[in-house]
Amino acid sequence: MITEDGDFVINIGPQHPSTHGVLHLKVWLDGETVKKVEPHLGYIHRSIEKMCESLSYRQYIFSTSRMDYLSAHINNQACALAVEMGLGVEVPDRAKVIRTILAELTRLASHALWWGCMGLDLGAVTPFFYAFREREFINDIMEETCGARLTQNFIVPGGLMADIHPNFVSKTKELIKMFRANIDEYNQLLTGNVIFQQRTKNVGFLSKEAAISYGTSGPVARASGVSCDVRKHYPYDAYDRVQFKEILGTAGDSWERYVIRIDEMRESLSIIEQLIDNIPEGDIVAKTKQVIKLPKGEFYSRVETARGELGVLLVSDGGSTPYRVKFRSPNFSNLSALGHIAKGSKIGDLVAMMATLDLVIPDVDR
Amino acid sequence: MITLSEITHSIHVKLSGAITNETLLSITEMAIVGIILLGSLVMLSFFLGYMERKVAAFMQIRLGPNRVGPKGSLQIVADTVKLLFKEGLTPNASDKFLFNTAPYIMVITTMLVIAPIAYSNGFQIWDTSIGVLYVSSVSSVSVIGILMAGWSSNNKYSLLGAMRCGAQIVSYELSIGLSLIAIVVLTGSLRMSDIVMSQADGWWIFKGHIPVLIAFVIFIIASTAEINRAPFDLAEAESELTAGFHTEYSGMKFAMFLLAEYINLFIVCAMGATLFLGGWMPLHFGADNAFNHAMDYIPGFVWFFGKTFFLIFVIMWFRWTFPRLRIDQLLNLEWKYLLPISMINILLVTIIAIFGWHF
Amino acid sequence: MNAEELKQEILAFHPSVVFDEGGQFVNANIEGADVLTLLTELRNRPAFDFDYMFCLTCVDYKTHFTMFYHLRSLTHRHELVVKAKIADVNAPAVDTVSHIWRTADFMEREVYDLFGVKFFRHPDLRRIFLDENWPGYPLRKNYEDPNMIEL
Repeated sequence: MITEDGDFVINIGPQHPSTHGVLHLKVWLDGETVKKVEPHLGYIHRSIEKMCESLSYRQYIFSTSRMDYLSAHINNQACALAVEMGLGVEVPDRAKVIRTILAELTRLASHALWWGCMGLDLGAVTPFFYAFREREFINDIMEETCGARLTQNFIVPGGLMADIHPNFVSKTKELIKMFRANIDEYNQLLTGNVIFQQRTKNVGFLSKEAAISYGTSGPVARASGVSCDVRKHYPYDAYDRVQFKEILGTAGDSWERYVIRIDEMRESLSIIEQLIDNIPEGDIVAKTKQVIKLPKGEFYSRVETARGELGVLLVSDGGSTPYRVKFRSPNFSNLSALGHIAKGSKIGDLVAMMATLDLVIPDVDR
Repeated sequence: MITLSEITHSIHVKLSGAITNETLLSITEMAIVGIILLGSLVMLSFFLGYMERKVAAFMQIRLGPNRVGPKGSLQIVADTVKLLFKEGLTPNASDKFLFNTAPYIMVITTMLVIAPIAYSNGFQIWDTSIGVLYVSSVSSVSVIGILMAGWSSNNKYSLLGAMRCGAQIVSYELSIGLSLIAIVVLTGSLRMSDIVMSQADGWWIFKGHIPVLIAFVIFIIASTAEINRAPFDLAEAESELTAGFHTEYSGMKFAMFLLAEYINLFIVCAMGATLFLGGWMPLHFGADNAFNHAMDYIPGFVWFFGKTFFLIFVIMWFRWTFPRLRIDQLLNLEWKYLLPISMINILLVTIIAIFGWHF
Repeated sequence: MNAEELKQEILAFHPSVVFDEGGQFVNANIEGADVLTLLTELRNRPAFDFDYMFCLTCVDYKTHFTMFYHLRSLTHRHELVVKAKIADVNAPAVDTVSHIWRTADFMEREVYDLFGVKFFRHPDLRRIFLDENWPGYPLRKNYEDPNMIEL
């Protein structure tokens, strides 16, 4: 379709194998070069924020599992932290440590899926199967303990819903050993591949100023040199008692974003390893009233999901349901940077850029 | 061992006994050859489709098709039957004549190229003195089929895909031609049977050492690009924005594109096997010796198909390992790297041939 | 800068700011009309250097709207929440800050889409999630949906 100005406009999506979710991109082309990219959102807008205004403080947590469904645990953690902040209740140690382990397992599963889909988008089909091999193992651990593979709904305000399965510790240790060896395999297959490197190096450059201005977070911002890891700067749960590095990069291109996520997988493994042998005994949930009523005020909690900083703003008027819930979604801000980095690149690069931005559209649309 | 050429000879004798008219005899034989050829090509594409899926599964730590038929061998038959039953849509705004003819052009050019390939000693459909030239030139005609398909579909994405495809094929033909010429220079003849016979004391890839090795590597890379297979399959990439030049095709016409792709794969691997790996010639080292006699016990067509399917496996291996190249990287590779290397290689080969520095 | 210093600095050039007692962050309450001046100052003055806006949203308090701007400085590591009160409930409007923080572009479109707050001089103020012809603004407290059935 040629518009009146003579521009060639094409639509990518909303149904498309390489947009991760229902994302409609309108791309203005000049031959093979992209002049402008405009995302059209709202295909999976479920108005979660409005729904939460009629759910109780115990119920609203579970509607967020379906936002960034690959970091379901971490989303639930953010919501529970907001309520706990409002109540002023202290989560028992055992629950804190287990929550952290589950969050890191979720991060590993999410990065594994991202890696598989990255290969798939660029044409290498095999990494997808290798990545899912690991993900299946993590899903099995989750299923045994939490009862569900994807949307676990295991975290409640004050702690956890139930205690972990007896096999949890041994299976997680097995996973750590297996995953460590497999990351080296991943590097052999995809990271060291010249074709892959050529398709991602110097593609989609995001400068540090642009990363800050566009409000990006997570690996996207860290690749441009912005130190923004919530686990380091505003630690929550058990993150203040583990040693881990915040992986920063300088190049700001797709390759850097890729390498950072691979290194983050290793850091996650190290965090789990530090915690898995020392889970303290004790309660798994703090005592809270059956019907939770938060005092009047605003409470903001933030966590580091696999994709960036998720913030939950709870505005309470003293009742048993929230007055307003706002989810500060990392993918929303990361997506806003797409128009900036895609200008002047080729269509094939657009796919590589979207793969490294690692968007999950239900999180953008909420 | 009964060789294939003895079988064909005996059939020819029987037929010429039955039919005395020369032209009628020729026509009958051509008809028989045609029917056998069509049947075997269909069987071949079934087998290649099955092999592709099983090889892919093997690389991806899973089982391939294993339900339909013993070990899933009838899966492709089921797929073909499904395609037969699909509605063959012709888009309203498309150029109907070109749209309907394009798949036929692809299939016909592919089948024409089968003629000079030597499967066994004396078992060739047409042993022409310009065998290599014929293969190279007729396979170039398939570009027309692709461009016709893309243009006549009246679809932006098909057009983009066909243009990319056309550019890619035309560029990589140069490298293929030059690497084939390396062997032709060493052999001194374009005739397929001559080329195979010249490898009676060793395959060219061993005899011709460095330049032939370079030519072989370039040939494998360039022919993967020529037949639009990964990592050069930008024209039909599913996860890019275009779905390729055959987006608008459905039903039997789509099946014909698939058939043409698999037969093309077989042909380039057969050419590679014939020119570089000795065709139906068993593995010989040097002149008459006991090793060579031992190797001769394995019949020629077993050697030929073994080598061809080995090369097919390697090309399938590429598909499931490497990510895709971008169109400008693809063309870069050809014009800035493969072509200059091929040209220098030709020089090297000629020098070696003149001074007799090959084995 | 810690909370006290922030409050002093802000009061120094913008005396009409009212700070909340307590709370998780330093909350600065201003009128909607002062948004542009205060936020530009917060971004540009090196002592503040609030270069990262991590949340922009709106809350409907029935009698007025309140715009929330959550700001963070990556160099000084201090945070601030600016709450701008918009008194006009029928046609709420405020200045845009999308030229200061590019992230505000999408976030203001979301507020416009769901609350109906207009942003002056926004480069591209369109609805972002809902259809262009969607009647009403869903996140407002007085939103009536004709298709909704009360159980």
